[in-house]
Amino acid sequence: MNVVAVRDLDLDLDAFEGPFDLLLTLVLKDEVELADVEVAGVILAFLTAKNAAHSPRTEQELELAGEFLVLIAGLLELKARGLFPDEDELAFDDLDPEEAAGELAERLALYRRFKAAAGWLEERLAAESDRYFRLGPAPLAPVPERPLAPQDPVTLASALRQLAAEPPAPSLNHLELRFPPVSLFLDRFRAVLSRRRRFVFDREVDSLSRVEQAVAFLALLELRKTGEIKLGQLAPFEPITVWSAA
Amino acid sequence: MSLRLVENPVDRLARTLEALLVIASSPLSIEELAAVSEDETERVETALGLIASRYREGRSGIVLEHVAGGYAFRAAREAAEACARLVERPVQRGLSQAALETLAVVAYLGPVSRPEIAKIRGVAADSTVAGLVERGLIAEAGRECDGGAVRYRATPLFERVFGLSGLSELPRLDDLAEGSEELRSRLEEVAGRRGA
Repeated sequence: MNVVAVRDLDLDLDAFEGPFDLLLTLVLKDEVELADVEVAGVILAFLTAKNAAHSPRTEQELELAGEFLVLIAGLLELKARGLFPDEDELAFDDLDPEEAAGELAERLALYRRFKAAAGWLEERLAAESDRYFRLGPAPLAPVPERPLAPQDPVTLASALRQLAAEPPAPSLNHLELRFPPVSLFLDRFRAVLSRRRRFVFDREVDSLSRVEQAVAFLALLELRKTGEIKLGQLAPFEPITVWSAA
Repeated sequence: MSLRLVENPVDRLARTLEALLVIASSPLSIEELAAVSEDETERVETALGLIASRYREGRSGIVLEHVAGGYAFRAAREAAEACARLVERPVQRGLSQAALETLAVVAYLGPVSRPEIAKIRGVAADSTVAGLVERGLIAEAGRECDGGAVRYRATPLFERVFGLSGLSELPRLDDLAEGSEELRSRLEEVAGRRGA
């Protein structure tokens, strides 16, 4: 490991990923929260890189290790200040060495207990890994990817050709209104009046469609215009009675 | 001559409880089951015993378990592989060491604030706490005082994920690691050896 390698020491921490010197720069610029940085992770990365280098113990290596220790010590001091902003609360200055050691041991012991508790939880989680239960609607597991069956390029081209063909124009026949000729109803009404003297228009067209009824009414008006019939209605919207005028 | 079978009322209650447990997505306590089934807690306990004997490992694909302060159905362990092919488990997947330590602090000391967690672990706990809240394993539990830091507690989901009937089932913290006295004497012993 050389001088450049210490600065370029590759870090892969939760809070930071990149070279060591970039981490230092970002910490000094307050762009990375030092409290989030796991210093132990930095040390582990250094030791891993050092072991991987397999370099003989040289004076240069000692210097590098010394430089690293100074940097790490600086980081730790900064971090401690950040974590305990309230100097009065700590008041380590007021403690004698015996009390300070006791305080340190107390905190270490507390942390070790919770670390052990975390280990217990991890084991428990592993032991319970085959327990499945409902938590409301569970997200479905990703569908395993199905490999495509071997494809024939000729068949594929044929299928694409069919898709590329111009589709037939849609038929609008079902939307068209079909108007029967007025003459049809003229003849029909004349025929009815030749048999009967009068008839009720509404009853006569009752079974027809609305369009046919409208055309039939036009025929009725036509017959009235030519004076062939007389019309009568008791009130608006009441049935229309048709008489022969002859 | 027709034989008339008289239905055991506990059987009927057991069927009602089965239905309630099937539609519930979280464990139901005996009190909740008694209230919803409009029956007495003693009879509910008896009916739960009956259901537990019917739905147990090795006999049924569904197992009744006492978890998170209540009763719930879960899949039998022998079906775990098939279940894994059907559903994801985002809550418990990929819990980091930091998350487990934070979870342990909240489970044992909750309600506890982020600064208190950071003080114990020696690193800021903001992002870890946020991640655990998002997973539903911990939840807000008021503030230290008016305008003080938010405190967190472990949720029933935490108990359910870890298969605990309650937080009291966690092992005693003192039993998990040596105390400060032992640790200090060990440190002093090591220091003495170095100094010698």
